[in-house]
Amino acid sequence: MSGKSENIIELKHISKVYSDNGFKAVDDFNLEVKRGEFVTFLGPSGCGKTTTLRMIAGFELPTDGQILLNGEDISQLPANKRPINTVFQRYALFPHMNIYENIAFGLKLKKLPKEEIRKKVKHVLDMVDLEGFEDRKISTLSGGQQQRIAIARALVNEPEILMLDEPLGALDLKMRKEMQIELKNMHDQLGITFIYVTHDQEEALTMSDKIVVLSEGKIQQIGTPEDIYNEPKNAFVADFIGESNIFKGIMTGHMKVRFCGGEFVGMDDVPEGTLVDVVIRPEDVIITKPEDGTVVGEVTSVIFKGMHYEVAVESGKYEMIIRTTKCYHVGDTVGMQLEPDGIHVMLAEDHTTSFVTTINGDYTLDFNGKVINCDLTRVIPKTKMVNEVLVDENGENVDVSKFRVVVSIQPDDIEMSDDVTAGLVSGKIINLIYKGDHYSYVIRTEYGHDLIVDDEYLWNMDDQVGLIMPEEKMKFQLKK
Amino acid sequence: MSFSRKYLGIPYGLFLILFVAAPLLVLVYYAFTNGQGQFSMVNLQNFFTDPNTLGTLCYSLVLAFVATAVCLIIAYPVAYILAQSKLKRKAVILLLFVMPMWINFTLRITALKEILSMIEGNLAYYPFINTIIGMTYDFLPFMILPLYTTLSKLDKSVIEAASDLGADNFQTFIKVILPLSVPGIVSGVSMVFLPAMTNYVVLDMLYNSTYIMGSLIGSYFSAYDWHNGSMIALILLVIICIVTLVSGDKDSENAGRGGLV
Repeated sequence: MSGKSENIIELKHISKVYSDNGFKAVDDFNLEVKRGEFVTFLGPSGCGKTTTLRMIAGFELPTDGQILLNGEDISQLPANKRPINTVFQRYALFPHMNIYENIAFGLKLKKLPKEEIRKKVKHVLDMVDLEGFEDRKISTLSGGQQQRIAIARALVNEPEILMLDEPLGALDLKMRKEMQIELKNMHDQLGITFIYVTHDQEEALTMSDKIVVLSEGKIQQIGTPEDIYNEPKNAFVADFIGESNIFKGIMTGHMKVRFCGGEFVGMDDVPEGTLVDVVIRPEDVIITKPEDGTVVGEVTSVIFKGMHYEVAVESGKYEMIIRTTKCYHVGDTVGMQLEPDGIHVMLAEDHTTSFVTTINGDYTLDFNGKVINCDLTRVIPKTKMVNEVLVDENGENVDVSKFRVVVSIQPDDIEMSDDVTAGLVSGKIINLIYKGDHYSYVIRTEYGHDLIVDDEYLWNMDDQVGLIMPEEKMKFQLKK
Repeated sequence: MSFSRKYLGIPYGLFLILFVAAPLLVLVYYAFTNGQGQFSMVNLQNFFTDPNTLGTLCYSLVLAFVATAVCLIIAYPVAYILAQSKLKRKAVILLLFVMPMWINFTLRITALKEILSMIEGNLAYYPFINTIIGMTYDFLPFMILPLYTTLSKLDKSVIEAASDLGADNFQTFIKVILPLSVPGIVSGVSMVFLPAMTNYVVLDMLYNSTYIMGSLIGSYFSAYDWHNGSMIALILLVIICIVTLVSGDKDSENAGRGGLV
C-alpha cells in the first residue's frame, strides 16, 4: 500500500445533490491530494468548491462516492471525529470567549493538561504574530487579526489537513497580499496539507502546488499553476484564469492552425481539419509594422494600466487584446505576430444542443407541449405519406407513438430573444465567454439543463432569454 | 409652518401625566403617610415585621421562579428545534405557540379550569400545581418568542466551528449555543418572572386562595388601607426596577454578540 502514505486524502466519485431542490452542486468529483500539498479549489461562485470543502470537513455528507483519509473511508464520519480543521470564511470565532479560550477550545476538549494548553496557545499566537493577545476580546480585533486568530485556532490542534474557505475574502487588498505570503510560509514550515478555496485566480496561482478548476459542480482541470495558465484544457479555464483571447480555428496542416484570418505555426500537434479553440494570452502577441504582421488590424482602444498598456486591435470581425509596454494610438494600423509557444490550441467542444421529442398524431413533434414541424418520411426510414397518412414500405400505417425523435441544433443557429415566451424554451444566462468575434453563452433552461448558444451581441449575465430554434436549422434523427 | 412635530406628542404627554406620573406620586404619598396624613415610616416597618407580607413575598417569588423555570424548560427546546429546522412551515408552527395570546385571557383560563377539574376532580387538591400550569399556559409565548429570535440569529458557522474543533453535539450546546443564547433567556425570563409575581387573577380563577403580591395589595385596598397597600406596591415596584436593571445590563452587554430581542 504505497499509495496509502502518498495520498493523504482521496475523493472518489463524490456527488452532492441537495434533497430540498434537487440541485446538483458537485458532480463526480475525483481528486487525490498528496501529503503536504497545497491544493486550491478555484472557480466562480456556485461552482461547488465550498460544498466540496464542506464534505471533506464533514459539515455535509456526500450523496454518492467515498472520501478516503489515509485510505480509510470517512465520508459518513461527523466533523468532530475528523483530524481536519477549518478556517471559516467569516472566521466564526466564538464571540463569548476571549482569544485564549477561543484557541484553547479544541485542546480543552481533548483534555490536555492546563500547562500544555497554555504553551501551545502561546506558540500559535507567536506564529500568527499576535503575542500577548490572550485576554483580548474578539470584538476588539480588526478583521485581519480575527483572521489570524481563526488560523491559530485551527492550527493549534495540529490537524492533518487544514481547510481554508475563502479565508482572505473579507480583507483589503494589501492585507490579502501579506496574508497570502504568510499562509504560504506557514504551509512550508508546518508541512501539513492545505486545502484552500477561492474564486480569486491570482491568489490560486500565487499560493498553490495544485489547482483544481471547477465550474458548475464539475472539475474542469487539475494541474500545477503553470499548467493551468499555459495549457488550459478548455475555453472555460482559459477565460477564467488570466486574460485571454479565444478564437475558433481549424488545423490546416502539421502544427499549423488557421484563425483570426491568418495562418500560424503552433506547438500542438492536432490532426489536420480538426476544429479547435485557440487561446492567445495578451502578453504573447507581438505588435509589428503592418507589412511584417501575419494579421493586420487597427487599434481601437488603448488603456494605460501602470505596468503596461492594454491595446485592443480590430482585424476584420475579430478583436484581439494585447498587452504591450509601448504606447500606440487609436487608429494606428499595426501588424500582429505570434511565437509558436504563444499559441495554445484546444479541441473545440461539441456544443450541439439535442433533445428528445415524441411524435403527435398529426406527425408533428412534441417538446413539452410545443410543436415542431418535421418531415417524418426523412426521419423514419422506408416510409412515405399516402393520403396524409404515414405508411411503411408495405403500405401499412405506421404507429408513430412508439418512435422518439432526437432534435439537434448548433449553438450559432439558436437565436436569443428578450421575449421569454418567444422560443421553444427559455433560460437564464449563467456564463459567457468572448471568443474573438462572438460571445459563447451558457444558458440554464427552465428545465434545468445547460446549453450553449453563440451570439455576436453582448447580453448580460442572469438575463432571462427565450431561445428561438429555427426549424430549418434543426437536424432530426430517430432515437434508437 | 410653525407646526412642529413635537405637538404630536401632546396626547401621550397628557396620558403620561394623568395615568403614570400622578398615580405614582399618589402612591408615594400614601406609602409614606399615616391615616392622619402625616409623614411616617410605619408602613415600611409594617412590611418587614408582618410575617404575612413576608410570607406572601416568599410565596410569590417561589411561584414566579417555578413558573419561569417550567416555561424555560418547555420553551427552549421548542425554540431551538424551530430555529434549527429547515421546515418551510416553521412560521406556522411558531404561530401555533403564539396564537393563544390572541384569545381572551379569561376565556383561556376558564377553559383550562374546566380541563383541570375534569382531570383532578376538585381543583382545591392541587392549588400550587394548578397555578403553575395556569401561569405556564399564559406566559409560554413570551418565553418562546425571544428565545426563538436569539437562536435563529445564531451564526451557524460558529456551531460548525465547534464541531470542527472536536466538540460533540452536547459539548457544542453547553459551550457555545447556550452561552450565546443568554440574551434571549434573559429577555424571556424577565417577561415571565415579573408578571408571574403579581398576576393573582390566575390564582383567583383556579381557586388558589393563597395570596401573592398582587392579591395582597388588593386585599389591603379593599379594606380601605391605602397606606400599607401603597407601601407594598411601592416595594414591589422597587424590586421590579432592580431586576430589570440587572437583566437590562446583562442584555446590553450581550447585545453585540447574540442579538437582543
